[in-house]
Amino acid sequence: MDKKNLIAWRVAQELNNGDVVNLGIGLPTLVANHIPEGINVIFQAENGIIGVGPEPEPGKENKDVFNAGGAYVTTKPGAVFVDSATSFAIIRGGHVAATVLGALQVDEKGNLANWLVPGKRVTGMGGAMDLVTGARQVIVAMEHTAKSSHKILKECTFPLTGAKVVNKIITDMGVMEITDKGIVLREIASNVTLDEIREATGAELIIPDDLKVMQVNE
Amino acid sequence: MSKVVTAKEAVSHIKDGDVLLIGGFLQGGIPDVLVGAVLETDAKNLTIVSNDTGTAETNIIKLQQAGKVSKVMATYIGANPETGRMMIEDPTSVQLFPQGTLAEKIRAGGAGIAAFLTPTGVGTIVEEGKQKMELNGREYLLETALRGNVALVHASVADEFGNCFMRGSTKNFNAIMPAACDYVAVEAEKIVPVGELDPELVTVPGIFVDAVVKVGE
Repeated sequence: MDKKNLIAWRVAQELNNGDVVNLGIGLPTLVANHIPEGINVIFQAENGIIGVGPEPEPGKENKDVFNAGGAYVTTKPGAVFVDSATSFAIIRGGHVAATVLGALQVDEKGNLANWLVPGKRVTGMGGAMDLVTGARQVIVAMEHTAKSSHKILKECTFPLTGAKVVNKIITDMGVMEITDKGIVLREIASNVTLDEIREATGAELIIPDDLKVMQVNE
Repeated sequence: MSKVVTAKEAVSHIKDGDVLLIGGFLQGGIPDVLVGAVLETDAKNLTIVSNDTGTAETNIIKLQQAGKVSKVMATYIGANPETGRMMIEDPTSVQLFPQGTLAEKIRAGGAGIAAFLTPTGVGTIVEEGKQKMELNGREYLLETALRGNVALVHASVADEFGNCFMRGSTKNFNAIMPAACDYVAVEAEKIVPVGELDPELVTVPGIFVDAVVKVGE
């Protein structure tokens, strides 16, 4: 399994039966491919679908059924379509159990920056700010570092998507939880040492006595 | 009473300086025939309110290229390079909002609500220049309602009175913009006589609608 699917698989283990979940674009969309058997997760697309299914077979696209990235999707039995005001009432109102998104930077206070790089072209925040504010759990799924620079920091330097919103960070190196005291390392990948993950992290990692080896798909 | 008119008639109400609320999400469910008809009018200095101002292949960008657009309000502009260019040339000409905030501003505008408090954007640059209030131990931003002069929206089916059914994920902003505008033009893939649309399946009541235009599928 490649790095991205390894991360996506681990994120999928966090989801519970009946959860309404919003997946960001990129790596987070892979989470849908790894939902454990017997767990029924309801995927939401913020442009107005509750119950998103897999992408349609070529030639079977419905021009009126697309996700927030503009890609054609299918719907699962029991799916519902809503308008944007209702969709964001669902999001802001706390009816989404979890949102999974990538990050440019995330810090030890749970601040998240993932919509704007200073000096680069502005594309807009879309629904990300509402999602990180309203979802009951915010899971950042990403590669631990960007090339050689830190993404997990003491303090974000890029403009924030949300302040104190992140609950968990899941990377190729480990599983981390944001707490009042800072970032607690809950699981570490079997091929990574504590020194290596500390070096790859721009914030202090709190190492608990019950640190576990990161679960992987056997 | 039939509200069925041509696209040209439907957009003839648009005046210089108008605020246009345009439905659709990227290339999905967009009122592109109506937007294309705006191109043929003399109206200029327009403000476009749209989730994303479409893509390089849709018609809003043509209004911009024709110099008719002076201001944009949107949530995501990554698919329309012309909006990106506007932002670089004059950052004040493009105003970005969180998607839920833009949707709620429009909903409020149509619902007689002057403003609302949202937790979205607290602690980010979105809060700049906005009033912040604490309620029950949580911080909120005061966001005001948004109304437009003209709404241009896309429906799957409309009856001659303007009752609309919007299929699938084409409801998006199409369903909420009509109530928030003084004049509302709907383009519909199919137009049926009054009484044929199941009242249980109406997405937008025709009382909001002034003009209905037939487009190809």
